[in-house]
Amino acid sequence: MSDISLELMERVDQARQLGQKLVIRGGGSKAFMGREAGGELLDVSAHSGIVSYQPVELVMTARGGTTLQEIAATLAQQGQVLACEAPTFDGMASIAGTLACNLSGPARPWAGSLRDAVLGIKLINGEGQQLNFGGQVMKNVAGYDVSRMQAGGMGTLGVITEVSFKVMPRPATTLSLVAEMSAAQAIETMNQLAATAKPLTGACWLAGKLYLRLAGAASAVEGTARQWPGQVMEDGDDFWRALQEQQLGFFNGDAPLWRFSIRPTASHFLSEAPWLIDWGGAQRWLRGEHESADLERKAEHSGGQVALYRGGNRCGEVFHSQPAAVKILQQRLKASLDPQGIFNPGRLYSWL
Amino acid sequence: MNESPQIAISRGELARQLSDLLGPSNVIEDRETQKPFECDGLSMYSEMPLLVVLPETVAQVQQIMKRCHQYSIPVVARGGGTGLCAGAMPCADGVLLSLAKFNKILAIDPLARTATLQPGVRNLAISEAAQHHGLYYAPDPSSQIACTIGGNIAENSGGVHCLKYGLTVHNVLKLQMIGVDGELISVGSEGLDSAGYDLLALLTGSEGLLGVITEVTVKLLPVPEVAQVVMAAFDSVQKAGDAVAAIISQGIIPAGLEMMDSHAIIAAEGFANAGYPLEAKALLLCEVDGTREEVSEHIEQVDQLFQSLGAISTRVSRDEAERALLWKGRKSAFPAVGRISPDYYCMDGTIPRGQLSYVLETMDAMSLHYGLRVANVFHAGDGNLHPLILFDANVPGEFTRAEEFGAAILALCVEVGGCITGEHGVGIEKIRQMPLQFSDSEIGQFHRIKAAFDPRGTLNPGKGIPLLKRCQEYRAMAPPREILAAGGEQAHE
Repeated sequence: MSDISLELMERVDQARQLGQKLVIRGGGSKAFMGREAGGELLDVSAHSGIVSYQPVELVMTARGGTTLQEIAATLAQQGQVLACEAPTFDGMASIAGTLACNLSGPARPWAGSLRDAVLGIKLINGEGQQLNFGGQVMKNVAGYDVSRMQAGGMGTLGVITEVSFKVMPRPATTLSLVAEMSAAQAIETMNQLAATAKPLTGACWLAGKLYLRLAGAASAVEGTARQWPGQVMEDGDDFWRALQEQQLGFFNGDAPLWRFSIRPTASHFLSEAPWLIDWGGAQRWLRGEHESADLERKAEHSGGQVALYRGGNRCGEVFHSQPAAVKILQQRLKASLDPQGIFNPGRLYSWL
Repeated sequence: MNESPQIAISRGELARQLSDLLGPSNVIEDRETQKPFECDGLSMYSEMPLLVVLPETVAQVQQIMKRCHQYSIPVVARGGGTGLCAGAMPCADGVLLSLAKFNKILAIDPLARTATLQPGVRNLAISEAAQHHGLYYAPDPSSQIACTIGGNIAENSGGVHCLKYGLTVHNVLKLQMIGVDGELISVGSEGLDSAGYDLLALLTGSEGLLGVITEVTVKLLPVPEVAQVVMAAFDSVQKAGDAVAAIISQGIIPAGLEMMDSHAIIAAEGFANAGYPLEAKALLLCEVDGTREEVSEHIEQVDQLFQSLGAISTRVSRDEAERALLWKGRKSAFPAVGRISPDYYCMDGTIPRGQLSYVLETMDAMSLHYGLRVANVFHAGDGNLHPLILFDANVPGEFTRAEEFGAAILALCVEVGGCITGEHGVGIEKIRQMPLQFSDSEIGQFHRIKAAFDPRGTLNPGKGIPLLKRCQEYRAMAPPREILAAGGEQAHE
């Protein structure tokens, strides 16, 4: 619960002078993500604490190392939530790490990602300057959107020391449905239902079952449930919580875990393999040994990308390969914020 | 990186070369025909370009960019020309690149709920095309009849439904962009995220400083089953502001939540005859949308809340016609104000909602100081304030005073923790206020980001980000603190 930003700035400046590399670490909950990066440890977990929270403004500002758990507990007292349902990973996940890794939970297609909720950040760049981008208000188009640009950057652009973000009221009621269905049929059904004006906030398929979650005013949720396929689940909230935290049985074991982010309507493929289909079809998890080039072709055919999310070889590339022109732009952007390549070298791509 | 580019080619020769590429009818050289391109919606700022070009294909845009890059000629891209920050104002020694001919809807995928568009497609045309699938495009800037999706990307446009449905940046999936050197890149995907830095976010709202957008894929949403609006009149701005806070505290996220002050109410009523109570000091319009069950539950809650918080009257729309009528006044507030004053100057600051009373009181005091009236319309849901400063351009000195008043308002917005522009962009208009919101280090960082895309600074030069050497001067020009403090003793946090 303290502000150590001065210390962090000094450490970055020292690294700059000594030509050191820094590996940024918050709660360490997502150390498995990205490529292996070499360098001195920069522990930012002590830089934590909620800086301001105005429930009626729907805005919270927290230091980068603040855990999602602490944020959720504070929001809950006011009946509010971080709508993206990012995994808290046993309470270890921090707000800055979650933004850098761009992780969201089951509600993401309907409630947006953390990137969508972000209003502003403070960032220490490679010159050791702490800079402010965005702000604490919902609409702000002054200057480039450096805040949201961090999403997916894996901390390679700087140290995110503070995040301001939009919060939302907790839905009055939730209700979950489950129905037996094939994956192909579930993909079709999820998209059809998502195209109707009903309070859908979760749509997932696993092991022959389609799971749907409705959230909102009780009358609307119950009215919709009566018209939709499936049985009401007794322990529905537990299922979605386990999905959010990646604690369902599907996530256990050591086999490589691949994450596809694709067009939600894309046809089911590799149908013999173990799959978990979330986000109404837009995020699909695959277990097992596969050739990444082959999966990239399949992802591109489905309008999106694939990443080796967990396990497998963490020294090769793990994120979807980039076309040459985009690669150059990303390298130049990295250099514009971190000219000496201090932060998390190679964590995102070998060439960043 | 921002030094004036050296032009090594004559205007006539450039016109000849571009005519060869595009055909002579797509290159406008004569001053008469160029005239409509001299400004955007902020007509106080105008400039004639070297040439206007109207390409028809992506390949032609690439060729134009390559040719201009070769000679370091500035390029200013233009969509519908409805912008309000002079962001599309031409550069005197540059090419004005109009994307007006890119007006085709390329595809609508009703099941995946996406639309793929050329950049010159009008915002409203997207929803019209998607309507028979029961879908629509959510961001709805008030210029939506005329503004284009490419311009919406450039400005990260908002509208009255932002609190619930987000800005442009929340509703775009994929872009095709041509860089300053003519290279075509694709950013984003048909999925909800992509690996690497979020270029989609960086490009959205970049005001044409980083590239030219040539194709856009947006998300479409299901049209809500029903929408209803509650109008509530209050005898003080404070009470109306408290009512806004109370709705949010109830856990209701309205689809739209708009406030007007008494000047705006009177002007809008005179224009639209919507039945707004003229004696009110503040009027709230609160729209709720969703399923039938949810809307009827929430509308009743909102109506009761307004009454219990001292509304002098409330009115709930009974049908679509009445809902449209209640909105008509708000949506025509700008032209309505245009009827009570020869000219008006629209500002665009955003503030934390809790500061509203303080900001409006301070603005009243400023209004006396500058001797100009101000009417206020406010996106109360998301804190975006649009003060309309009334002036007469034919009275010598009035426009300058209006500009000074506007600058003081923006300084006030920053002072209470807000920002200088919520949705209109910086362009040329607010470039002098950028140093109030950002330090030299931050502005220096913006320049380095710009240079990553455009090392010679030929894309929309002179807009968006001020030169570092001017920042100190701009800060010195900021209104004195006693004007900001003129609102009285009421403390702001």
